[in-house]
Amino acid sequence: MSASDVRERFAGLFERDVTLVLAVLGAIYLAYLLAGVAFGYGLRGQLNSMANLTFYIGVFGMLALALNLHWGYTGLFNIGIVGFMGIGIYVTALLSKPPVAEGGAAQVGGFGLPLFVGVIGGVLAAGLFGLLVALPALRLQADYLAIVTVAFSEIVRFTMMSRTFQTFTVPDTIDLWVFTFDPTADTVGLGGGGGLILNYADPLEALLRGLFLWEPYLAFVALVQRTLIPNNPKPVIDGLVYGIVLLIGVGLFYLLLSRTGKSPFGRVLKAIREDEDVANALGKDTDRFKLTAFVLGAALMGLGGIFWYSSRGSITPPSFRPNITFFVWIALIIGGAGSNTGSFLGGAIFAGVLYEGPRYFKNLVETAFELGDAPRNFGEAMAGFASLDPMPFVLYTLDSVSQLRLVIMGVVLIWLMHNRPEGMLGHRKETASTVDLRRPGTDGASGKAAAADGGDER
Amino acid sequence: MSETDESTAGGSVATDGESPGAEGGDAADGASSETDLTEVMGTETDVPSGDDGGRYAPLEVEGLRKEFGGIVAVEDVSFDVEEGTLTGLIGPNGAGKSTTFNLITGMLGPTAGTVRFNGEDITGMQPHQIANRGLARTFQIARELEEMTVLENMMLAPKGQVGESLWRSVMPVARGSVREQETEQLERVWEVLDFFEIDHLADEYAGNLSGGQRKLLEMARALLTDPDVMLLDEPFAGVNPTLEKRLLEHIHELREQGYTFLIVEHDMDLIMNNCERVIVMHQGRILKDGTPTEIKESEEVIEAYLGGEV
Repeated sequence: MSASDVRERFAGLFERDVTLVLAVLGAIYLAYLLAGVAFGYGLRGQLNSMANLTFYIGVFGMLALALNLHWGYTGLFNIGIVGFMGIGIYVTALLSKPPVAEGGAAQVGGFGLPLFVGVIGGVLAAGLFGLLVALPALRLQADYLAIVTVAFSEIVRFTMMSRTFQTFTVPDTIDLWVFTFDPTADTVGLGGGGGLILNYADPLEALLRGLFLWEPYLAFVALVQRTLIPNNPKPVIDGLVYGIVLLIGVGLFYLLLSRTGKSPFGRVLKAIREDEDVANALGKDTDRFKLTAFVLGAALMGLGGIFWYSSRGSITPPSFRPNITFFVWIALIIGGAGSNTGSFLGGAIFAGVLYEGPRYFKNLVETAFELGDAPRNFGEAMAGFASLDPMPFVLYTLDSVSQLRLVIMGVVLIWLMHNRPEGMLGHRKETASTVDLRRPGTDGASGKAAAADGGDER
Repeated sequence: MSETDESTAGGSVATDGESPGAEGGDAADGASSETDLTEVMGTETDVPSGDDGGRYAPLEVEGLRKEFGGIVAVEDVSFDVEEGTLTGLIGPNGAGKSTTFNLITGMLGPTAGTVRFNGEDITGMQPHQIANRGLARTFQIARELEEMTVLENMMLAPKGQVGESLWRSVMPVARGSVREQETEQLERVWEVLDFFEIDHLADEYAGNLSGGQRKLLEMARALLTDPDVMLLDEPFAGVNPTLEKRLLEHIHELREQGYTFLIVEHDMDLIMNNCERVIVMHQGRILKDGTPTEIKESEEVIEAYLGGEV
């Protein structure tokens, strides 16, 4: 790869994708900033709002990218995303939580391994379970695979809740042929319905320490405290920096998956999506490709789950209901299955508009119009119509906007299916190859012109 | 889909065939249209003279049998295909031609019998294993990969692509070798596109191609797997006469370059004029195997072909 073609590729990228992504992100952030101004947020409030937005853009972007590998490229209908996310974070928690301390809040301990070991373990476990699901399901048609995956994700959730797996007592020494382990843990488990308290090292701190950036970071926080936010700025900055880490994570997902897609490997995946028999008849071992793609996607979903939940104080099984799976699907459909850039954009738009948007909209309306209290139930809301006063109904609707979010998502989905089933970027030709496929020896536009002329001659 | 349809249809014909009396009535019809048939066959112009010398036969089929439930679709089919020849496999609808194809290429597993390719027993192997040994096929209804461009379709085909392993495609240094191989491969792809004169369609989605262009693309794609033997399942179905001529020219040119072809076709005329050897199937069995001259002189072929026609 010479310097010139690196530059050329970079320039080509900038022409199309980067500008589009920045424009969409810019619009979403601007809308949130303006909403913040309308709410009269101070600097702290604005930064919190940005951090929150970035968090959801980051996690939905990652998960939509991972799903794009399954559905957009390979045509594997996976509706068990949340199961892989759950496995990722639970295994991470199990490996990295410290042993139960006397008088501590946590009833269930872990193996006390460093957090990065826990993360790697979580990703590997998600990938391994991906293999387990895919092996018997490979020979199934798309819709049967869907049933297997959604069943799998529910099995994962019920396993998390089950009393059987709530706690285990780990023996003091484990003899495994020649190896002898002396685990520090005494009680481990999945915590049952109460979930797990994530009392391991703060993920951001662990990451920054690992990069030897912890001291500079603390100095930076102190600087902010002196100049901008005098009152305890650390949580705000933590949130923002974690958001940035997530965006870097998205970037790495994108890099990995676009390299995967733009390669002979990705070409076979596309061929499997189009017609598996043909790929097979052309000498491609389609089972192997499907398996590899499924395992990679499942591992990335596990990593997405870890990114999502690791900085929360605790995890409980109800967080892993299938609705998250469908959120990711909506994100992918908005962005356009088959396009990696589209997947990220879909994730960002879903997070900014459909997931967080309605709540902001409600606050905005309430701030703007100084409305009174909302009616407490649907009956009271409808009662207003008797005196031709729609206000109680409007107020009630606004008040229930978090519940109505799902309705709005459904409406958007129906509209998309009717008017733009390919999503924002699904129509685009993203050629699956590591090299430019123009006729060798011609360059740029002249190559296309020559081909066109050739066509005219006949 | 249609292949399975035909196979099951073939099976039912085969079971009917167990009562020979059923043939009698049809034979009378056959006699009346016999003149048409000789007329058709009379148009032969440039039949390549069959070389009877013991030429090397890369593809050998022996005692092939396929049952679908209680229905026998293919029964005791044995033949071989000699190197550098154009062999035609004909027969009325439901004769078991497509089933035989699917048995050879591994899309279906035979109930009994063996398929040998270049001396190796390939019976019951996966389609991709068979394809990788140098036996390529095309489909009866062109199955292009619709939402991939013509170029992507073509680039998919070559064997032994290092970039088909995930880590090589993703890792920084290894990706260099992938790019190198793809660049080499690209030249060959453009050569083949030029050969089939579909280079002006290179950037089109395969789904936007016309029926005939799809047939060309499919053959071009099969050729890129660098096969020894190509199995073409009705390559001329739904193709206009001009394109048919072009396809035939391509096939003859490739045969002269040493490729071997086995062609399933409905159009007797076409097979008789272009193949040096013809195998006639009827009701799941081989009825006659010989040069076009022998075939057209065979009473039983004429009778069965016309009598058995649906």
